[in-house]
Amino acid sequence: MTTVAAPGPAVPLPKQRRPWVVLLAAAWRQGRTKIGLALVLLLVGCALIGPLFAPYSPTEFVGPPFEKPSADSPLGTDNLGRDVLSRFLWGGRSILALAVLSTVLGVALGVAVGLVAAYARNALDDVLMRAMDVILAFPQIVLALVAVATVGPKLWLLVLVVGITTAPRVARVVRGAALEVVERDFVHAAEGIGVPRTKILFGEVLPNVTSPLVVETSLRLTFSIALISALSFLGFGLQPPAADWGLMINENRLGLEIQPWGVVMPVIAIGLLTIGTSLVGDGFSRASIGIERGRAE
Amino acid sequence: MPPSPAEGGAAGAVEGGPGLAPTSAETVVSADPISAGLLTETGTALPTARRRPRVFRGVTGFIVRRTLLGVLTLFIASIVIFAATQALPGDPARAILGRTATPESLDALREQLNLNRPVTEQYWDWLTGVLTGDLGDSLVAGVPVTDLLGSRLLNSAFLMLLAALVSVPLAILIGVVSARRRDGPLDHTLSVTTLAVAGLPEFVVGIALVVLFGTTVFTVLPPVSLIPPDSAPWNYPKELILPTLTLVIAVTPYIARIMRASMIEVLESDYVEMARLKGLRERKVVWGHALPNAIAPTIQVTAINLAYLAGGIVVVEFVFAYPGIGDALVDAVANRDIPVVQAVALLIAAVYVVLNLIADVATILVSPRVRTALS
Repeated sequence: MTTVAAPGPAVPLPKQRRPWVVLLAAAWRQGRTKIGLALVLLLVGCALIGPLFAPYSPTEFVGPPFEKPSADSPLGTDNLGRDVLSRFLWGGRSILALAVLSTVLGVALGVAVGLVAAYARNALDDVLMRAMDVILAFPQIVLALVAVATVGPKLWLLVLVVGITTAPRVARVVRGAALEVVERDFVHAAEGIGVPRTKILFGEVLPNVTSPLVVETSLRLTFSIALISALSFLGFGLQPPAADWGLMINENRLGLEIQPWGVVMPVIAIGLLTIGTSLVGDGFSRASIGIERGRAE
Repeated sequence: MPPSPAEGGAAGAVEGGPGLAPTSAETVVSADPISAGLLTETGTALPTARRRPRVFRGVTGFIVRRTLLGVLTLFIASIVIFAATQALPGDPARAILGRTATPESLDALREQLNLNRPVTEQYWDWLTGVLTGDLGDSLVAGVPVTDLLGSRLLNSAFLMLLAALVSVPLAILIGVVSARRRDGPLDHTLSVTTLAVAGLPEFVVGIALVVLFGTTVFTVLPPVSLIPPDSAPWNYPKELILPTLTLVIAVTPYIARIMRASMIEVLESDYVEMARLKGLRERKVVWGHALPNAIAPTIQVTAINLAYLAGGIVVVEFVFAYPGIGDALVDAVANRDIPVVQAVALLIAAVYVVLNLIADVATILVSPRVRTALS
């Protein structure tokens, strides 16, 4: 993929581009990345600027419960008689914010643990990775529910528990990729001239595991969106009367046969959002495989 | 929630090489367990280098080691569950009952949860209880947790089994067909479909199916799976269709994608070429010669995905009000019914650990190269 000329003695070295620039460029060449990004931008735009176009306040009662769409409320009303369109336009922010925050937390923790484990190569490596394995002994949602059962449905708790359960998955990928990088000459050279360890890890090793890290991060974002929206659908995320896509689906489920829009709109929104992030993630993954092959040839 | 299937196994079984958190398994081109680093316990080298006592060597030794590791993981998992639910700083009794609780009710609850004794003693009591089949009493229903969960456990197990029986053959079929028609229109369609579906949260799939078949578009299937207590789930086939379908849609894409990668690798091998050259029918070459070899490397991913079902049932059972342990967990969390939460979390962790164990052992048994490396 990278256009490196055949190695010959007289050929000057091609200008090295930063790994993440190469990855972004290669990912952009994948059609699915563009489609995925378009979907994600559509939903993010809907969540961010949607509230400006909401005809009513998301908590205002505008009619009887479960009323069919009319001129006043184009998507009808919800279980308490609030405007479905307004609640839909307001309801994306919480899911996006919580999912992004927990992914950032999880990736930051995972990168730190993975890099340290790979660089340590001693008992610390074993201890760290066995600790990660314990978290991996539970499906993410089960640990999240255990935490909610004890502390209650708090938003900071959701971010914390989704982040912590995301970390081991990232740590494995980072450690796996970094194991080979820490053996390379430039790392030994940096050690030799006395560069501090943190600087070696984040300045030398981290840039060289960009590809797998970006691929894993997009995958984790998809899972975090799904997990956060599932928890909020179960009733353990934002609490009523807040407007939130997951919560809306739960609240309006009983009226599905009379007035489906309060359920259908958020289902479509969450569905398209996760499809979009999956497509972008796959674009990155194909790009990174392409780069690997190019390097190998 | 998405099959985060890949989640990686419990207990150090699946240690990652680059990009291998099995979660990314669908992105990994090579499905071979060794090159995928799936079977290296230390993550650096196959365990030939270390001298081990006789019982820990060879295939049996591997099984013994993995089983012990699984037991250890479960033990630590039980500590995590207990610590998270009962030993947190602060007063769990007040957290459960809320601010309005009377001193008497707080005392009664502390008594019931054994909160008046040291944490280690509380844990020991709970653990010995678990090992002897006494999971305590539900705080809400007032009956033993084992009575509460007994029939639900059967319902959940049946649902998981059904989903596994449908999704594994379906995934193999999709994988083989895509690999045969590699880069053709059918392969592209299947690839984009499985990719799009793979990230969808289960509750979104479940609700979409309810809208499509249960309530709004067609009304051909029951939107909720009301199975009366003490009756067997297999007597209610119509009620089982939508929950099973939801789980199948959740796990099939991952297995199908890894199956496709593995099948492509095998179809390009010399012995498949040989089989074709000696004039075997293509059908026999693909299904008789290539498929068995392509399946072995996918066992790990398959088992991890099936283990994922243990988490997936939580949301799916809630969507369909299917009376299983997942639905019980959601109820228990909403009601702060700590003994039930502890029991279900431990059960799900056990299923997870056991399936990962089976995956590792099965992979060893079907991969001659790994077998040799172990002895």
